[in-house]
Amino acid sequence: MLLPTLATILAVAAQQSPSTDPTKATGPVRLDGSSTVFLISEAAAEEFKKVAPKVNVSVGMSGTGGGFKRFCAGEIDVTAASRAIKPGEVELARKNSIEFVELPVAFDGLSVVVNRANTWATSLTIADLKRIYMDGGVKTWSELNPAWPNDAIQIFSPGTDSGTFDYFKEAVIGKDGKVRGDMSVSEDDNVLVRGILDNKHAIGFFGIAYLMENEGKLRGVAIDGGKGPVAPSPVTVEDGSYQPLGRPLFYYVNAASLTKPQVVAFIDYLIEKTPEFAPEVGYIKLPADLQSMVRANWVARRTGTQFVDTDGEEVHGTFRSVYR
Amino acid sequence: MTDAPHIPVARRLLANRMFLATCITCTGLAVCVLAVLIVSIMMDGVHRLSPDFIANFASRKPDQAGIRAPLVGSIWVCAICALTALPVGVGTAIYLEEFAKRSRLTELIRINISNLSGVPSIVYGIIGLTAFSRFFGWRAGSEPIELGNPESLLYLRLPFGSSVLAGGLTLALVVLPIVIVASQEAIRAVPNSLRQGALALGSTRWQMVSRITLPASLPMVMTGAILAMSRAIGEAAPILVLGAPLMVLETPANLMSEFTVLPMQIFNWAGRAKASFQEIAAAAIIVQLAVLMSFNALAILVRQRLQTPFQ
Repeated sequence: MLLPTLATILAVAAQQSPSTDPTKATGPVRLDGSSTVFLISEAAAEEFKKVAPKVNVSVGMSGTGGGFKRFCAGEIDVTAASRAIKPGEVELARKNSIEFVELPVAFDGLSVVVNRANTWATSLTIADLKRIYMDGGVKTWSELNPAWPNDAIQIFSPGTDSGTFDYFKEAVIGKDGKVRGDMSVSEDDNVLVRGILDNKHAIGFFGIAYLMENEGKLRGVAIDGGKGPVAPSPVTVEDGSYQPLGRPLFYYVNAASLTKPQVVAFIDYLIEKTPEFAPEVGYIKLPADLQSMVRANWVARRTGTQFVDTDGEEVHGTFRSVYR
Repeated sequence: MTDAPHIPVARRLLANRMFLATCITCTGLAVCVLAVLIVSIMMDGVHRLSPDFIANFASRKPDQAGIRAPLVGSIWVCAICALTALPVGVGTAIYLEEFAKRSRLTELIRINISNLSGVPSIVYGIIGLTAFSRFFGWRAGSEPIELGNPESLLYLRLPFGSSVLAGGLTLALVVLPIVIVASQEAIRAVPNSLRQGALALGSTRWQMVSRITLPASLPMVMTGAILAMSRAIGEAAPILVLGAPLMVLETPANLMSEFTVLPMQIFNWAGRAKASFQEIAAAAIIVQLAVLMSFNALAILVRQRLQTPFQ
């Protein structure tokens, strides 16, 4: 079963390799999208320059939604996303006859963070988080648990345009729910870190990378997704036990750009090297089985998304249960 | 009116002193804020300044990161901006001041140009995105038309996309009203007797403009132009709207090259968690300030050197 597949993969790879020699490739590779994935793209662009000095990879940071807008208008070769493409975006791509290859590259874990002086909230359930962040939610810690202080919760959140916010909202509040308006919002994770540092009763969330960088200053809350509390860490995100706040990160490659050798060479490099770059910037690399699935899909140039079905409906479920 | 002389001298002197004290306090506050800003940036960033910092491209490792691409990118967009905004701006000012008849229409144009100089630059960014980057949606979704060899200097791609040409033209839109207003004021400051003298000696309007008005107003026009350029080099918002990338590892080779500018690089680094990125952001701010100050120094120099006996 495995051997013939591998043989096909190698055969296809051999067929395409002559045109993708990075040292001979020239020209621009235009990349835009998620600010979360920017850190990986940046590392890849910098290192790729050493392999392919004549290729000019430029990396933008328009955000996941902004990146898809440009991608679906055919303005860029590759867009990075901190969530899978949405039905509306698939529709827009189809309207502009843009086909694409979908490539998961790594995982990011969202960590819920409190001040170190907060001794009570060691773990929170998703229902607790929902009561904190939903429109008309709780105002004090004691409303969640009578044993907790009767003090106002200072709520922090990344900007509502960020992929981070989208992911948190969908996982905690649900698709149709409404997030409260009376919280401190900032696009800058630094501001969130500072806000939570300064407030004993604060709570906030951002990528695990930021928690790791500020370890010792802040405390990550264990999340109970129904199977007991699990602490946010690279290990728990990769093994899938940190649910539902672990999220996949993607690249989407315009199929029309596959005729450009420099784009193909860069994506080859990206897939090969991301397991190295992802941990370096605080994300979690794909486990080996997923990584070989991604490589196979890339080699086969499999177009379309697996996260929106043929009726244009979003496919729900964990990443592992959906991606093949 | 008749009350004024009856105020006692002591009270008038007191009011005078109080006004003076208020003025000094205001000036002091402004200078203090500026000084605190400069000192704190210097403390953060000055030790990061080195030839390597200027010569290196961006990097995820702050110790190896440099500002080569954004610095050269800033110079490119500014040059394109100057080459387009100055002739158009000065030409418009000459037309409005020397040739246009005073009618309701020209009056309306004048008022609108003054108003335009107050429009936030991000609005010009959106205009630039629509007009220059996307050609109003022409050929959306299909490959752009290419003219010439991508490796040569004369390469063009239609629509312009997020190229350095689109960036320069967008900044030209931002500074055009400023250039026009400054040039109009410069031309207006030329004494009318000079114009009348030229016309009386039988020169045409073109001769009068090219030999008398323009040379006489040139120092002021140049000052306005250089100040407009220092505004252009400090803009990040319109460039961001165009979709210019934050990380570029090459300097522009032609008008269609991808580019980034110093304010965008500063914005990128300043928003990062690691303290060392804040330091190189501060170092980039120092370079930006140095560029700005040399522009302003140039403006002063030009004004002094070109000062003509007419004024």
